[in-house]
Parts: sequence; structure tokens; C-alpha cells
Amino acid sequence: MADLSVKVCGVDFKNPIIPASGVFGYGREYEELFPLSKLGGIATKGTTLHLRTGNLAPRIAETPSGMLNSVGLQNPGIDHFIDTELPYLLTKDLVVLANIAGSTPDECAEVAAKLEDTDVHMIELNISCPNVKQGGAAFGTSCEMAAEVTRRVRAVTKKPLVVKLSPNVTSITDIAKSVEAAGADAVSLINTLLGMRIDINTGRPVLRNNVGGMSGPAVFPIAVRMVWQVANAVNIPVIGMGGVSSGRDAIELMMAGASAVQVGAAIFTDPYAPVKIVEEMNEFLDSKGIASVNDIIGTVKPW
Amino acid sequence: MKYTQGQFIITEKTAIARQIYSFTIACPEVAAAASAGQFVHIRAKGFTLRRPISICGIDKEKGTLRIVFEIRGEGTEAIAELNKGDLIDMLAPLGHGFTIDPGFQKVALIGGGIGNPPMLPLAEAYGSKAVVISGFRNASAVILQEDFRRTCAETILCTDDGSAGIHGFVTEPLKELAEKGGIDAVYACGPMPMLKNIAAICKEKGIYCEISLEERMACGIGACLGCACKTKRNDEEYFAHVCKDGPVFNAEEVLW
Repeated sequence: MADLSVKVCGVDFKNPIIPASGVFGYGREYEELFPLSKLGGIATKGTTLHLRTGNLAPRIAETPSGMLNSVGLQNPGIDHFIDTELPYLLTKDLVVLANIAGSTPDECAEVAAKLEDTDVHMIELNISCPNVKQGGAAFGTSCEMAAEVTRRVRAVTKKPLVVKLSPNVTSITDIAKSVEAAGADAVSLINTLLGMRIDINTGRPVLRNNVGGMSGPAVFPIAVRMVWQVANAVNIPVIGMGGVSSGRDAIELMMAGASAVQVGAAIFTDPYAPVKIVEEMNEFLDSKGIASVNDIIGTVKPW
Repeated sequence: MKYTQGQFIITEKTAIARQIYSFTIACPEVAAAASAGQFVHIRAKGFTLRRPISICGIDKEKGTLRIVFEIRGEGTEAIAELNKGDLIDMLAPLGHGFTIDPGFQKVALIGGGIGNPPMLPLAEAYGSKAVVISGFRNASAVILQEDFRRTCAETILCTDDGSAGIHGFVTEPLKELAEKGGIDAVYACGPMPMLKNIAAICKEKGIYCEISLEERMACGIGACLGCACKTKRNDEEYFAHVCKDGPVFNAEEVLW
């Protein structure tokens, strides 16, 4: 039995696997299937200052080895999260990353400030949602805006601050360096890639929002590449995600430089995916005689 | 248990019409928990997203479920390739089903095309109190009529082209029934325009109506918020989720 525990920004995770924001709600629906304590952590549904109703349906489309979504940050608002969802999650023996978003840097800061007096373990600042018209990806695609929103949130929180990056940029390493300089304690990547499908019988986009975020196994090699590049460009931890669907994928992303791994679309295919990934990582490490998962982080030997 | 995920054996597979298959699946714990109007979320080999399929039969004694589905695309095609004896991966039973009220004396069950299968468990529950109105494109698409008759429900068959039963839409027999009066509830599943018309007729006649909706879905259990449907609750607009708040909704709540 290998040691799967990792420490990210001083926070102890019993294992490196975290359901990614947006696929897992606030955990309640999955507790019906397995105890949430089997997970290292949870990245909650992206939460904003006020309730958001999200985009019109259809919000979901299948793609080759993946999917598109355009939920549009539907959520009940931060007060509901703090009053109802957070107390529930804090009883579950896992690290809670509150994923937050906003239309303006002010709004992001206001949401973060509301979390300051709670026992939430980490904040994951979403500057990369592709499905909302204001804020969201707009912050994540310029170094200046990414730094500005990070600075504003940093100013109001002492919680470990993870900034979630968009892959829909020319240089993700430049953005990562900008948010590091602005005070981020870690970065997480990759959010979804902007994509589109068209129903050729109707001539209409499949998604009501026309475009949406692509995820699933198809994006995994992009995630590996970006995690590797960012891990080599910054001195803060990287939480990796993007198309991870097996223990081997998670190991690969950690070798690329991830200190922990989020799992998204794979949960739709198999709701037990995060639990199975933990088991598979353990089996792999045991088969290689590696005592601790920490011994593989960033160990890729590039040619 | 509310729902579970696992691999279950297909004990029977029949092609019941062109591109339409019936599977019987041995899954005692799912059958025990299932109710009319709920659905199962099936993994299609090689695809990221599961496919939601409504439940067409629940045999709690035998511990089996029956599903009837149409090949609509590559995902359902992959599911249709499974055979008797194969394992099928299901997350089930899911969703909020139909309300069955023993106090109702007469109900109308309306299915349009592949919207017919979820009506069968209701027909079994209501028996001779039910009038089943089934609509199809044409005679070759007709399914489940024997099954409906076996429940002792009255059956009315309609086809768009008149090649079987009444020539016309299901809404015509519904209007006649509604005119005669005595219908306590209408339950319907089928294409959106059909549901919208049925909801309008029921509203006009003051008949309680439940409809089962379809939407593109990811998680199937209410976590991802992918399958939004605009509804009205306590006079406020609310994006309900077809997988958890539905698939069955009170027709008056749905904002078309």
C-alpha cells in the first residue's frame, strides 16, 4: 500500500484525487454511491455572489472521446453555499476547494471575502469559465486581467488561493506567471477548451449557447502538455486536470508536474471513476515499488 | 437505496419494430427501488456520456426491469449491439417519476412514438381505469399495443398517415375524452409539440396533467446541471433539471 497523501499549499490531502468543479455539484448526489471521504478533496460547483440561473438547454453535447458543456455557472449563490453546502461538506473528511467566480474582479473579491470567516480549506478562483458572457474566460485570457483579479482576491483572503487557468490562450505559462506574481498560492489547469458542434440536419449548433467547453479523454494530451509547461514555469504547485479517466492518466499528469489531480468528465461515464482512480494509482505505485506518490511528481525525464 | 450503478445481465432482447429494441434486465435491487416514470442511465461503450432510457416495465417479484428504446444515434446504436447474456452498465433508477393516485377513477395515458414505453408501468398501475392513447408515424412504427391491452386498459391507436388506427394526432381523441368529462388525470410522454398541445388542452379543461420530458444529460443525478428545463415554482422562474426534478413534471410548472 503506497502512501498516496500529498500536501498542496500546506493543506493535507489523503490522496491526490479531487472531482473537478462542475461535475460533482456539492457532493450530495455522489454520496449516495460512495462515501465522499474516499476522495482527497472536492472542487465545488463554481459559485458566484448571487444565484445564477445558467444558460438555456441544450447545455450538453457528446463529442469524439469527450463532450461539450455550456451550463453557464448555474449556482445558488455564495450565501447558500456557506449556510447549507459548506457545513455538509466539512463533515465529510476531505479537502474542500470552494470554486468561485464573478463577473468583475470586485465580485470575485466579495465572494472570497465571504469565505474568509468560514472553515473552507482552499479557494479555487475560476478565471476561465468559457460559458459566461462577462468575466469568466475574459479574465483568464489576458495576463493583466488575470493578475488584477488574483490581486483583488488575494487582498481579501488568507486562505490558500488556487487560480484555475484557461487553455484558450496563446501562452498559458505567461498567464500562470502573472497570477503567481499577483499572489496565487497554486494554479489549477486546464479548464475546458472552447468547442462547437452543429446539427447538420437543422443547421443549428447543438448547444443553445452555440459554443461550450470541451472536456473528456480527447483533451488529455493537451492537459499533460500544459501542466508540464506550467510546472516548469512557476514555483507554486500545479493541480492538474483535463480528460483524466484512469489511474495511469493521473500518474502521467503527476509525472508532468501536477501535485494533485482533478477528475471531470470521466465521472459522467463512470460515477465511481475518482474512487477507482485512487485504487489504480495505488496498484501502479505498488507494482513499481514506489513508496509515495510524492516521488513521481514532476519526474518526467524530457528528451 | 435511491440509486446504484452496476453491471447487470440482459435476460431478453427483442427487436420490436424497425430500430426499436426491448431489453429485459435482471437487476433485483434496481427493480425494487424503481417506480413508473423513472429512467436508467446506460453506459454506451466508447462514449463519454451515458444515455438516459425510460423504464418500460418493473417486475419486482422477478427482479427485472424492461426498457424499450430507439436507435437515435451512435450511442443508442452501441447499446443496441448488446445481446442476451451480455452485461449492461446502468446507473439506476433515476429521476422523479409519475404520481399514481389510487383515488383517480379515469386517467388518460398518452404516448407519442418512443414516448410510449414509460406509459406501460402506468397502464399496469391503473388497469381498466386507464385509456391509453398511442400515436406513431405509421403502422410500421407501432409498438407495445399488445402489452397495453394485457393491462386491461382501453387502447386508442393513432398514426400520422392513417396506416393503422385513427388517422391523426393523439390530441384529437384526448379532446373527445376531455369533452365527455370524467378524466381525473392525463399523463404524457413524447415530442415537445405534442406535450405542449396536451398541456394546453388539460389547462383549458382543468385536468391534472403530468408530462415526462427529455433533455441531453450528463451526470443523470442532479449534480452537473446539464439538463436544464425552465419551470415555474411558487411563481418564480426556476431552471429545473430533467434528471432529478424530472423527467416527470406537473405540466403547469413547465415554461414552454
